[in-house]
This record gives sequence, structure tokens and C-alpha cells, in this order.
Amino acid sequence: MSEKRERTYLIDNPEFTGLMMEGFFGNIPHSKQLGLEMVSAERNKAVLRIPFAEHLVGDPTSGIIHGGVILSLMDSVGGMATFCALPKMEAIATLDLRVDYLKPAMAGQGIEAAAECYKLTNSVVFIRGVAYQTGIDDPIASCVATFMRASSNKIQGVVK
Amino acid sequence: MQDKNDFFRAVRESKDFDKAIEMIPYANFLGVRFSERKDGSLLFRMPFDEKNVGNTALPALHGGVIAGFMENAAVISLMWAMDSTSTPKIIDFNVDYTLSGRAQETYARCDIVKLGRRIANVQVTAYQDDPNKAIAVARSHFKLVRD
Repeated sequence: MSEKRERTYLIDNPEFTGLMMEGFFGNIPHSKQLGLEMVSAERNKAVLRIPFAEHLVGDPTSGIIHGGVILSLMDSVGGMATFCALPKMEAIATLDLRVDYLKPAMAGQGIEAAAECYKLTNSVVFIRGVAYQTGIDDPIASCVATFMRASSNKIQGVVK
Repeated sequence: MQDKNDFFRAVRESKDFDKAIEMIPYANFLGVRFSERKDGSLLFRMPFDEKNVGNTALPALHGGVIAGFMENAAVISLMWAMDSTSTPKIIDFNVDYTLSGRAQETYARCDIVKLGRRIANVQVTAYQDDPNKAIAVARSHFKLVRD
């Protein structure tokens, strides 16, 4: 049986995390508005969180974060997991995103989300993830998404 | 306090649609606006705002913003159709991105495919210049909260 050849990962670049936060999230206006924070990143996997903020609420009588914020969080963590799976820096674009809302979020609390790339092909990246508040075993939402690779010539140019 | 069931009736009569948006902080934050068209359907719009950008190189709107805008449109359409201020509970949201959202005003129209007793199915189309050129299409299920 031939041994599987080890491939390269963009995330193995020691500057990846810093450059991602500074050059990627740091440059995305909407991510700043959401207060998006990186919790962790490793090969094929990423964890991000959004702290609670009043302007992210969906229904003031309940004080619960809007479902649309979870969509943004899932899109962001899915994109991040995609970068964690790519061999080198390239532009990506969300093809589709499906979120299942499993139970209501708790009022006045931020949301964390973890995503992983479970299949990388030459043109498409397949992602699944969950969002949670108390712990990953108690999800409030789950998600599947696909991202297109090399979606633009205009690479963000932060990690070579 | 105003009777819940009268809220949308009052908005409809006064045409003060922004009042409905003010009830939803995140919709207000995204800059969502809507109006009633001659045929009675709703047209949603989201003027371009720098803070909604997701890619500064292109530049393009954040995918989450487009989806959040569409979700808001679906929720408001249902509340409008039911004359209710009880927010439908979202069950799932499935969005396909067909074009990148450019740095300009975005529109959305909703089609309530099914308004059942407990569940509703809504399809949303988001576009920019050309109503026939969608930048994203979505379908979503909601659990209805009857007043």
C-alpha cells in the first residue's frame, strides 16, 4: 500500500493566524461590526465567536441575537475553515449555506461556532459546522456550506 | 401599549414602514427598508453601507449580510401577511449565492409558498440592478406563532 503523500496547508505558515486576523478579519468592515473574534484554528478546522451586543438583537422583548447574525457567523467560520484546509492563499466565495436552527439562543449571550472542512476538491470546499453558547455538545444551530475555490483573481494578498 | 394585532394595520395605513424595522435592532443595523407595491406585495431594500462590506478587494457585500437581509425580509413578509407582531420562529434557512453583491443598493422580494397553520415556507430572491438577475436565492421554513 502506497503511503499517502503529505500535502501542504496554508495554516502551517506560522504567520497564518496573525495575518488572518489582521489582514483578513481586520479588513472586513462587517466582521468588525459583528465583533468577530478568532478562538482557534488548526488544519481543516476553525472556531470563531461573536460577543453579545445590543445592535445584534432580533427581538428586543427577548434580547436574543438575531438569526441573521448566526448566518454571518456560520459564513465567516466556514470561510475560515476553508482557509484552514487550503494548500495556499486563494480567493474563495460562498456557493451555498444552509443553517438549521435547533433551539432558541439564550438572551444576552454571545455565540461561538466551530466548522470543519470534510472534503476539499479542486474547485469546491465542503464545510459543516455548529453554533453553540454553553458548549459544542449543546448546539443552537448546525450548518452545511460549500465554497468555491479561486473565485477571483483579486486575492486579498495577506498570506502568500 | 398598542394592540399587537393593530400594529401592522396601523403601519399599512400610515405607510410608516420604518416603524416596523425599528422593532428589529439587527434589521435596523443592516439598514433594511421596505415598502408596499401597487399589487400589495412588499419590496425590501438595503441601501449600500460601508459597514456591510465583506470583501474590500472586490468590493462586495458580506454573504452573511445578504442572507441576514433576506431572512429579515422573509420574517417581515410573514408578519405582514398574518397581521401579527409575533415573530415567526426560524427553523432553517438555505441560501444559494449566484453573483457577488456589489457595493450598491440591494433589493429582495419574497414569495410565501405555503402559509400553513403551524409552518410557513418562504422563498426570497435578492437582486441589485436587474430583478431578473438574482445575486442570491433562499428558501426558509418558519414555525408560526399564532396570536
